Amino acid sequence: MKELRSVGTSVRRRDGDGHVTGQTEFVDDRSFPDLKHLHVVRSPVPHAEIEAVDTSQAEAVSGFVTALTHEDVPNNIYTILRLIDIGPNEEPLLAEERVRYQGEPIAAIVADTKRAAMEAASKVEVDLTELPAVFDVEEALEPDAPTLKEWGTNYFEYEGHECRRVRYGDVEKGFKEADHIIEERYQTSPIEQAPTETTAAIAKPESNGRFTVYTNTQALYFSLDNTAMIVDVPFSKLQFVGGTVGGGFGGKVDVIVEPLATLAAKKTGYPVQYKFTREEEMQVSSPRGAWRMYYKDGVTDDGEIVARQVTSYADAGAYNRHTPYAVTKHAANVGGPYDIPNAKFDCYCVYTTKQPSSAMRGFGVTPASFAVEGQMDKIADELGLDRWEVRFKNAYQNGDVTPHRKEVEDATLIETMQSAAEMVGRDLPPEYATMSSFKEQDNEGDSRV
Amino acid sequence: MSGKIVELTVNGRTVEEIVDPMEPLQSVLRNKLGNMATKTGCKQGGCGSCTVLVDGEPIVSCLLPAEAAVGTEITTLEGITPDDGLAPVQEAFRDHFAMQCGYCTPGMIMTAEALLERNPDPSRAEIEDAISGNVCRCTGYDPIVDAIEAASESMNGQGDDGA
Repeated sequence: MKELRSVGTSVRRRDGDGHVTGQTEFVDDRSFPDLKHLHVVRSPVPHAEIEAVDTSQAEAVSGFVTALTHEDVPNNIYTILRLIDIGPNEEPLLAEERVRYQGEPIAAIVADTKRAAMEAASKVEVDLTELPAVFDVEEALEPDAPTLKEWGTNYFEYEGHECRRVRYGDVEKGFKEADHIIEERYQTSPIEQAPTETTAAIAKPESNGRFTVYTNTQALYFSLDNTAMIVDVPFSKLQFVGGTVGGGFGGKVDVIVEPLATLAAKKTGYPVQYKFTREEEMQVSSPRGAWRMYYKDGVTDDGEIVARQVTSYADAGAYNRHTPYAVTKHAANVGGPYDIPNAKFDCYCVYTTKQPSSAMRGFGVTPASFAVEGQMDKIADELGLDRWEVRFKNAYQNGDVTPHRKEVEDATLIETMQSAAEMVGRDLPPEYATMSSFKEQDNEGDSRV
Repeated sequence: MSGKIVELTVNGRTVEEIVDPMEPLQSVLRNKLGNMATKTGCKQGGCGSCTVLVDGEPIVSCLLPAEAAVGTEITTLEGITPDDGLAPVQEAFRDHFAMQCGYCTPGMIMTAEALLERNPDPSRAEIEDAISGNVCRCTGYDPIVDAIEAASESMNGQGDDGA
């Protein structure tokens, strides 16, 4: 049998030499004869009706090749998870009648150089009639808020409900039995992933009728699927080349540049590069969303949580991207790694007239953890208890069931906290120092030690 | 736009190139001379990924008009890479895993190279100060500082206890 000896040793990176010599090939390190450049005309306002788009001035710019509007897009629906039927289909590749965030793509210019494309894009005249904007998740749910979606609401519907719901035990009964009610409002901010290499793709028409697409996407097959559907070519006509990504952190999971680059390559017959400027990366690429979370915990005198109610609002921005999925993940995590016997969670995916938010490092879970741990500290502080002990007291163990009815099989919180305590030189009381995620077999019920 | 013929000395070789008015050195290096190790992170002097040496000084080549580099010695990462193997700084970056995605690495190495030329035995604080204009979003800066420290030791003949 082959001996496997890598664990515990340092193994040299396969791409290490390429990185330190600068010879690793990122998307725009590739050059092709006749490479054209694409730049997008974006909405200058957060919410407006589009009355007219006039590209005639742009056409006069030296180096101009072509302009694309929604009329050039065979199937103007961009839905990341469309292939696996996760909709609804609500985002256009290029806006048709309405724009819903500042920076939304309206048209695209292809030119000989990036500079010419940018100059021509600046000469496209877009006639807009502004509509009221809404930037706050709770305001967006008010009856008089401007409606962003064709279906008449500003929220994503989960199985007929206006939010992702979790119901477990009897939260009202839990509150009655509690000695204390601890409430807090938590708010996180959007965070830009800010990869050092901006989002980019080059689409190159091949002589056999196929397209080779070089991309720095983090999600090669989401991109291939969407591009094929949007451009209306069989999947077999596209070859995507990726894997070299100059930083992503979730910011390159959405399908952003490949469909337009491929469409432009198809229309012009030239290889076309669409690479975000740094401004675009910061202003229109999808950041980590902002979340607002209201927590209400029922707690006993000795710090045991007996009921938790959470109402939370994810700011999806103008379009879904991955946020409906993130909200589901969030709903499974607002209880935290703690044993919550009675729970009621209402988690909303809300649309506002802001740039769409999407994935970033544990998205949906990260804001939940922020609120959960803030809440644990608050419980300890208000009851005059030790912050470590409140966490040990409530820590879930294997065999416990979470509010979304998942039996815990891989708990590590107790051991993680024990290691952390050791690292910071914190002495734990014996009952917590010897506690385990594995409940003792001969103890019944909820006995923890 | 009218171009102008200028003479640039890049990695010891003098070349004539047509450059546009105010065309950044970075654009000439990449698009006209094919030095693709010089990266494009922000085009506004904020990230350091396009750092090259001009007469030994690290500069962000996206902010320097190519014409202003006439008469200087320009060095890119290609210029410090030996025909065989790697320079000590490159080796140290590789062996200390001082990178993940690799996009900031060329600029980071050029900054390190300039530092070690000027100051062969820098303190960690001096290293941190030197790379303060180079943004890394993946790795965190500790392994990068470790690598530069190790490169300094290996160049000073103290050996490298790294990976």
